[in-house]
Amino acid sequence: MDLVIPKIDALSLCPELVLSITAMLVLLVTVYLPKGRKDPAAYVGLLGIFIALMSLTLLWGKPRYAFNNMIMVDNFSIFFNMVILVTAALSILMSITYLKEEGMSHGEFYALILFSAVGMMFMTAGANLITIFLGLETMSISLYVLAGFLRDSNRSNESALKYLLLGAFSSAFLLYGIAFIYGATGTTDLKGISEFLSRATYMKDPMLLAGMGLLLVGFGFKIATVPFHMWTPDVYEGAPTSVTAFMSVGVKAAVFAAFVRVFSHALWDLQPDWNQLLWILAVLTMTLGNVIAIAQTNIKRMLAYSSIAHAGYIMMGMIASNELGTSSILFYMLAYAFTNLGAFGVVILFGRKGEGNLDIEDYSGMGFKYPVLGLLMAVFLFSLAGIPPTAGFVGKFYIFSAAVKAGYIWLAIIGVMNSLVSVYYYLRVTVMMYMKDPVKDLEGLHWSPSMIVALIIAVAGTLLIGIFPSPYLDLAKQSVLHLM
Amino acid sequence: MKIGQRWPEDEMYKWGSYFGLAPKIAKTWPCLRFSQYVSNFCSVDNWRNREMLDYVWLVPLFPAIGFLINGLFGYRLSKGFVGVLACTVIGLSFLTSVLIFFDLLQLPPESRSFEKIIYTWIPAGDFKTSVGFLVDPLSIIMMLTVSGVSFLIHIYSVGYMHEDEGFKRYFTYLNLFVFSMLLLVSANNFLLMFVGWEGVGLCSYLLIGFWYERKAPADAGKKAFVVNRIGDFGFLLAMMLIFVTFGTLNFHGVFGAAHHNNEVSTLVMTAITLLLFLGATGKSAQIPLYTWLPDAMEGPTPVSALIHAATMVTAGVYMVARCSVLYTLAPVSLTVVAIVGVATALFTASMALAANDIKRVLAYSTISQLGYMFLACGVGAFSAGIFHLMTHAFFKALLFLGAGSVMHAMAGELDMRKMGALKPHMPKTYWTFLIATLAIAGIFPFAGFFSKDEILWHAFEKNTILWALGACAALMTSFYMFRAVFMTFHGESRVDAEVKKHLHESPSVMTTPLIILAILSAIGGFVGIPIIKGANVFHDFLTPVTGGHVAGSVEVTLGNLAYASSSALSYGEAVQHNVGLEIFMMVVSLIIAFGGLGLAYLMYLKDPSLPRRLVEKFKLLYHLILNKWFVDEIYDFLFVNPIKRGSTVLWQFFDAKVIDGIVNGSGWCIKWTSSVLKRIQTGYVQNYALSILVGAVAIIFYFLLV
Repeated sequence: MDLVIPKIDALSLCPELVLSITAMLVLLVTVYLPKGRKDPAAYVGLLGIFIALMSLTLLWGKPRYAFNNMIMVDNFSIFFNMVILVTAALSILMSITYLKEEGMSHGEFYALILFSAVGMMFMTAGANLITIFLGLETMSISLYVLAGFLRDSNRSNESALKYLLLGAFSSAFLLYGIAFIYGATGTTDLKGISEFLSRATYMKDPMLLAGMGLLLVGFGFKIATVPFHMWTPDVYEGAPTSVTAFMSVGVKAAVFAAFVRVFSHALWDLQPDWNQLLWILAVLTMTLGNVIAIAQTNIKRMLAYSSIAHAGYIMMGMIASNELGTSSILFYMLAYAFTNLGAFGVVILFGRKGEGNLDIEDYSGMGFKYPVLGLLMAVFLFSLAGIPPTAGFVGKFYIFSAAVKAGYIWLAIIGVMNSLVSVYYYLRVTVMMYMKDPVKDLEGLHWSPSMIVALIIAVAGTLLIGIFPSPYLDLAKQSVLHLM
Repeated sequence: MKIGQRWPEDEMYKWGSYFGLAPKIAKTWPCLRFSQYVSNFCSVDNWRNREMLDYVWLVPLFPAIGFLINGLFGYRLSKGFVGVLACTVIGLSFLTSVLIFFDLLQLPPESRSFEKIIYTWIPAGDFKTSVGFLVDPLSIIMMLTVSGVSFLIHIYSVGYMHEDEGFKRYFTYLNLFVFSMLLLVSANNFLLMFVGWEGVGLCSYLLIGFWYERKAPADAGKKAFVVNRIGDFGFLLAMMLIFVTFGTLNFHGVFGAAHHNNEVSTLVMTAITLLLFLGATGKSAQIPLYTWLPDAMEGPTPVSALIHAATMVTAGVYMVARCSVLYTLAPVSLTVVAIVGVATALFTASMALAANDIKRVLAYSTISQLGYMFLACGVGAFSAGIFHLMTHAFFKALLFLGAGSVMHAMAGELDMRKMGALKPHMPKTYWTFLIATLAIAGIFPFAGFFSKDEILWHAFEKNTILWALGACAALMTSFYMFRAVFMTFHGESRVDAEVKKHLHESPSVMTTPLIILAILSAIGGFVGIPIIKGANVFHDFLTPVTGGHVAGSVEVTLGNLAYASSSALSYGEAVQHNVGLEIFMMVVSLIIAFGGLGLAYLMYLKDPSLPRRLVEKFKLLYHLILNKWFVDEIYDFLFVNPIKRGSTVLWQFFDAKVIDGIVNGSGWCIKWTSSVLKRIQTGYVQNYALSILVGAVAIIFYFLLV
C-alpha cells in the first residue's frame, strides 16, 4: 500500500488552525498572568474566535474537498461552524466573571473551550467517518475536563465522571459502527459509501444495517435522544453553568451536522430503513423530554430536559428529508443557539457561588427586583417555548412545515402538541418571576461588561431572527444547496 | 415600506392631518349613510384621503410603544405619567382607526379591502407569510370597537386602580393586551393573527392573576391559560391543515382559493372549520371550554370589562366571521356552531339565574351573549353576529364598569344579597347600569334590541327550534339582569352598617366613561336599524366581507371576489321575506324582554319571599344551577387530575421504574456493570449505560428484523 502524502491545503483549514494556535497561545499567555487575574487569556481566545469567524467568511460559497477527501469545506459546514464559534464566544464571555466568583479562574478553561470548538468544527467538516470520529473525540475529551472544571465541587466531579464513562461507552458504539460500515462497503469515505450504496443491489446486508444502528447510537448519545439521554440532566446540572451552555448548543450543532451528513447523504439509499426508526426516536425524545421537564425543580435540570426535547424537534427536520427540512435544521440550530445561550446566561448571572439560586423557586419575584433581567429571561423562555415573535417560533414553524410538506402530518401534530406542553414549564418560570413574592432576599447582581455584551448579543439574535428571519433562512438555504 | 423610512415632509404632513380632523369628519360624515353615492364623488380626489389606509400599522403600534415605555422605564416614571401615557396611546389608536374608517368609506364597497404589507416575515419555499395588515369593513369595525372601548376602560382604570400598588404593572399589561387584540383583528394572515391570539391569551393570564398573592386569582389565571391552550391547539392544527390544503395562510389567498377551487372536499373544509371553532370556543368561552371565564372575574374589574367586552372573548367570534367563506362551504360546521352557540346561550343563562355574585352574573351573561353571536354565525348571519359583538361591547363594558363602581363604593363587596337600595347613593352608576340592562335585555330602542332581534330573526328563518331556544335564553337574560338591578339598586337596603356610612358615587374619572358608554349603549343600535327590507347600513357595510346582498340591488355583490360566498345566495332569497312577519317577530322579542323584566319585578320587588318558596319547591334544580351544573368538578375529575398525576408518574415510572426494571431483569448485566462501576458512588451510571445498551440492541434488532 502506497502511502500518499496529502496536499497540504492550509487555507481550507484556516479557521481550525487559527483556533488551535489561539488555544495554545492562551495556554502560553496564562502562564505569565498573575493568579486570579486571567481575563486577558479570555480576550486572546475571543480574538482568535473573531479571526476564525472572519476566515470562515472567506471560504463561503467555494465548496471544496481537502486532505485527500478527509475534509469537506462547504457552506453547510461553514454555517454550523459559525454557530459553533458564536457559541464558543458567548460561552467565554459568560464565563469570565462566573469563574472568578467560583474561584476557578484559570486560563486553561478558555483553551479547553477552544480545543473543543476545534473538534466540533472537524465534525461538521468531516467527509470521512474517521475525521468525524476524530472531531468527536477532540470535542468530547475537552468537554469531559470542562464538565469537571470546578474541581472542589462534588457535583462537578460527578458530572465529569459520568460524562466520561458514558461518553467512552457511546464512542465505542460509534467506532464499532464505523468498523461495520467499513466492513460492508470497504470504505469510510462518505462519498464512497454513498456511491457504493447506489451501486449495490442487495441493501439488506446485516453488517451494513448493524453498522448504521451503531452509528445511530453514537450520534444519539451526543445529541441526547431517548433512550440515550439519561446522562444529560445529571451532567448538565453538575457541570459549570457556562460549560452546560456551551455543551447544550455546541455539541448539538456539531453532532447534528455530522448526523445529517452521514445519514441524509452517505446513507441516503437506506433512508427508508432509518426514517421510520428516527420517527419513533424523535417522538419519544420530544415527548419524554417535555413531560419530564414539567416535574423538575432545578432550572438547570429543566433546561437539560428541554434540550432533550429540542433535539427531538430538530430530528423532525431530518425525517422530513427534503431541502426545507435540512435548511430548517440549520435555521433551528441558529435560533436555538442564541436562545439557549441567553437563557443559561441569565441563569449564570442570577446564580450564586456553589449551588445558589438554581431552584426554580428562587426565581420568585425576580422580575420585579431586576426588571431587565426578568424581561430577558422572559424573552428567552418564550423563544424556547416557540411563542412569536421570537426566533424559537420561526424555527419551530419551519421544522413543522417541513414535516407537513413531506407528508408527516402526524409527526407535526405530535410536535405541536409537544410544544404546547412545553409552554407549561417554560412559563412556570415566568410566572415565578412575575407572580410570586420573593422567597428570600435577593442580593445585588454583578453585571459585568462581558456578561452584558453576551446577553445583548443573545437577545438581539433571538429577537432579530424572530422578527426578520428571511436573511437567516436564505443563509440556511444556501448552506444546503451545495451539500456534497 | 419599512418602519422608520419616509419620515420627512410626507410624514409631517400626515401628522398635520390629525389636527385637521374636524373638517375631515364633517366632510366625510354623510358617507356613513350614502356611502355608495359619495364614494363615486370622492373617487376623483381621494388620493389624499385614502393615504391614511397606508398607516394602519399605527393602530397596533401605539399600544406597543406604550407597553415598551411603561414596561421598561415604568419604575422610574411617576404614576400619573404612566396612566396618561397608557390612555394616550390607546386614544391615538382609536383616532387612527377613525381616520382609516372614513378613508375606507370613501372607497366603493367592492374595493373596500386594503392590504398593507410591511415586510415578508417568514419565507419558506413557495409559501411566504408577511407581516401585513388588512383593512376591510370587518377589521375596521373591530379596530374601532376594540380601541374605542379599551380607551374608555383605560380612563376608568386610572381612577379604579389608583390606590393599587401594581398600578404601573397593570397599565403595562393592559397596553400589551390591547396591542395583541389589535394585532389579532388587523392581521392579514392566519399566522400574524395567531401572534395576537397568543398574546391575548398570555395577557389574560397575567391580568386575571394580577393579584397573584391571593390564591384564587392565581388559580383563575392558570385555568384561563390552560383552557385556552386547548383551544390554541385547535387553531394550530387548523392552520396546518389550511397550509396543507391551500398552500398559503394569507386571508385573501385562502378565501379566494376556497371560493374558486371546488376540488377541496367538504370533509377537509369541515375539519378546518371545526378545528378553528375549537380555537374559538377556547377564546370566546363556549361549551365545552367556557369554564375559565366565570373565574376570570378574579382579576381587577376593569380587566373583566376589557376581557368581556372589547378584547379576548370577541376574538373567537371575529375569527369565525373572518372565515365566513370557509364556514359557508362547510354546512356541518355551521350547524355545529349554531348548536353550540344556542346551547351555550341557554345553559349559561340558566347559571346566571341563581348567582348572587354580581360579577358572576355578568360573566355568565357574557358567555350567554357570546353564544348568541355564534348562533348568528351558525345560521349564516355573520354580520348580525358582529353587530351584536359591537353593541355587546358597549353595554357589557358598561355593566362591568358599573359593577366596579358599586364595588368601589361597597368596599369590595360583590354579594348582591348584601346590597339593595343603592340608587340614591350613586345615581350616575345606577342610571348608566340601568341603560346597559335595558340594552342587554333587548328593550327597544336600546342597542341590544336591534342586534339581538336580528339574530333571533335569522335564527327563526333558519330553524324554529333554534329560535325558540334563543328566545328562551333571551327571557332568562332579561330576568337575571333585572334581578341584578333590583337586588343591587332597589328594594330594601341590606348593606352592612359600617359600609353604609361610606357609600359614595365614584369620581368623575370613573363615571365619565360610564356615561359615554351609556350613550353608546342607548343609541349604538341605530347603525344597524332594520330598513325592513332585510338589510341595514351596518349589514351593507359588512357585506363585502361576510357575504350577503346590498340593499337596493338585487344582484349579489361579489365585492372583493375572495369574499363572496354561497351564503350570499341564501340572502338573496331573504330579500323577499315577509315584512309583516319580521315586525311581528320584533314585537315578540320585545314581549319576551318585558316578560323577563316583569318576572324579576314580581319576584324581587313585589314579593321578595317568592324566590325562597320557589327554591324550596325546586330544590334539586336550584342546587344544580347554584353549583354551575357541577361542570368544574366533572372537568377536574376527568381531565385535570389525571394529567397532573401523569407527569409525575411518568417521571418516576419511566426513568426510575422501567429502567430499573430492565436492570433487575437482566441479572448478568447489572452484575457486570456494577462490578466495573461500583467504585463510583453515583449508583446510577450503570443504569444509564444500560439504557444505552438496551437502546442499541433495540435499534439493531429493528434494523435487522424490520
